[in-house]
Amino acid sequence: MEHLELFFKSIFVDNMVFAYFLGMCSYLAVSKKVSTAVGLGAAVIFVLMITVPLNWLLDQYLLQEGALSWLGEEYASYDLSFLSFIMFIATIATMVQLVEIVVEKFSPSLYNSLGIFLPLIAVNCAILGGSLFMQSREIESLGLAFNYGISSGIGWFLAILAIAAIREKIRYSAVPPALRGLGITFIITGLMAIGFMSFGGMLTGGDEAPKTEEKSVAIKKELEKEKEEITKKVSLVNTSKTENE
Amino acid sequence: MGLLSKKDAKLISDPLADNNPITIQVLGICSALAITAQLKPSIVMAISVIFVMGVGNVVISLMRNVIPSKIRIIVQLIVVATLVIIVDQVLKAFAYTLSKELSVFIGLIITNCIIMGRFEAFALGNGPWRSFLDGIGNALGYGVILIIVGFFRELLGSGTLFGFKVLGDSVEKTGLYALGYENNGFMVLPPMALIVVGLIIWVQRSRNKALIED
Repeated sequence: MEHLELFFKSIFVDNMVFAYFLGMCSYLAVSKKVSTAVGLGAAVIFVLMITVPLNWLLDQYLLQEGALSWLGEEYASYDLSFLSFIMFIATIATMVQLVEIVVEKFSPSLYNSLGIFLPLIAVNCAILGGSLFMQSREIESLGLAFNYGISSGIGWFLAILAIAAIREKIRYSAVPPALRGLGITFIITGLMAIGFMSFGGMLTGGDEAPKTEEKSVAIKKELEKEKEEITKKVSLVNTSKTENE
Repeated sequence: MGLLSKKDAKLISDPLADNNPITIQVLGICSALAITAQLKPSIVMAISVIFVMGVGNVVISLMRNVIPSKIRIIVQLIVVATLVIIVDQVLKAFAYTLSKELSVFIGLIITNCIIMGRFEAFALGNGPWRSFLDGIGNALGYGVILIIVGFFRELLGSGTLFGFKVLGDSVEKTGLYALGYENNGFMVLPPMALIVVGLIIWVQRSRNKALIED
């Protein structure tokens, strides 16, 4: 159940592109054709699937406060979390390089379809963002981290696939000249993001609970203020009445 | 500009308008959109990027003849990551709430495409002083867009600037709100950032026809 919830949440509610704008650069640059978009999307899923669990292990056994306690008692007080940026990005860069070499050796056909995109991926914010969100949301187990990597990758894949399909069609539309290309892509992405916001109601619970609480508190406060104003007015009217009498 | 020759001054002024990293080069969009719901984080982000870009470009430019070209991406990433750790630690020490607000997006400066893009395109082939100017120029161009977007989103979305209620109090109905004005809560939500940037691109390209794509 936990897994299922995280899976759908990362794809739809916390979509990398529409909710956090991660990986926008390659999303905009490589979405002119559906076939290339599919290639890049697949590569992103693949790399996220590997790097998020790997960085989870690093975070758990090297970087967190007290993570080094497996080395011995005297290391238990170390907190290396300030090193996490450099560790994560180094892991990602080496993994991408490694994946490239391995894929080239064992599956030349996959390499041909993914090949040119792999170097691009090392600097795709979606990949580093996946690891950083994994860290800041304190995902509990290796299995969940793996799940989070795959599902946020799928979310990104869906987004780039959708925009590439729209861009292929929009070439035949009469867009105002100044908006052509980049401008209209931004606005369409914005509209798609609004559409994806409707998934927000799909899963209630988790970290959405406090927000609604805050809202209801704010509404209550406003209501109370209104009540006070009304009682004030009523009392004013009453006093003026008594004065008239 | 006694200090700068004409060519050097162009390095700074170009990215501010006709070669803007966000609206023309399409670099560094991720962070530009996510943190611009308010003006203050936008400005902090802009300053952080100016620092990382300026220093990073100089460092890479100094090392440009030593870096083997095969592993240059990893070297660049390490340089940026080190600088970003400095920014992150400084923010955590002096502006803790703000650094919580920016959350992962400070870390994501590392993969900000502007930085990698300028390293690749400029710092690897030019001397430190020119690289420094190029870095500052591009980071300023990035910052300008960030501040414009942040300004409109905060003003129209919550009626405040830097948290000051410039349009009056929405609960007590003073200022503009007395006339029936309402905040557009939609502006605070993430999708509006995209649409605001889209509109900026529209305005910019309508003013300068040479930038229009076919």
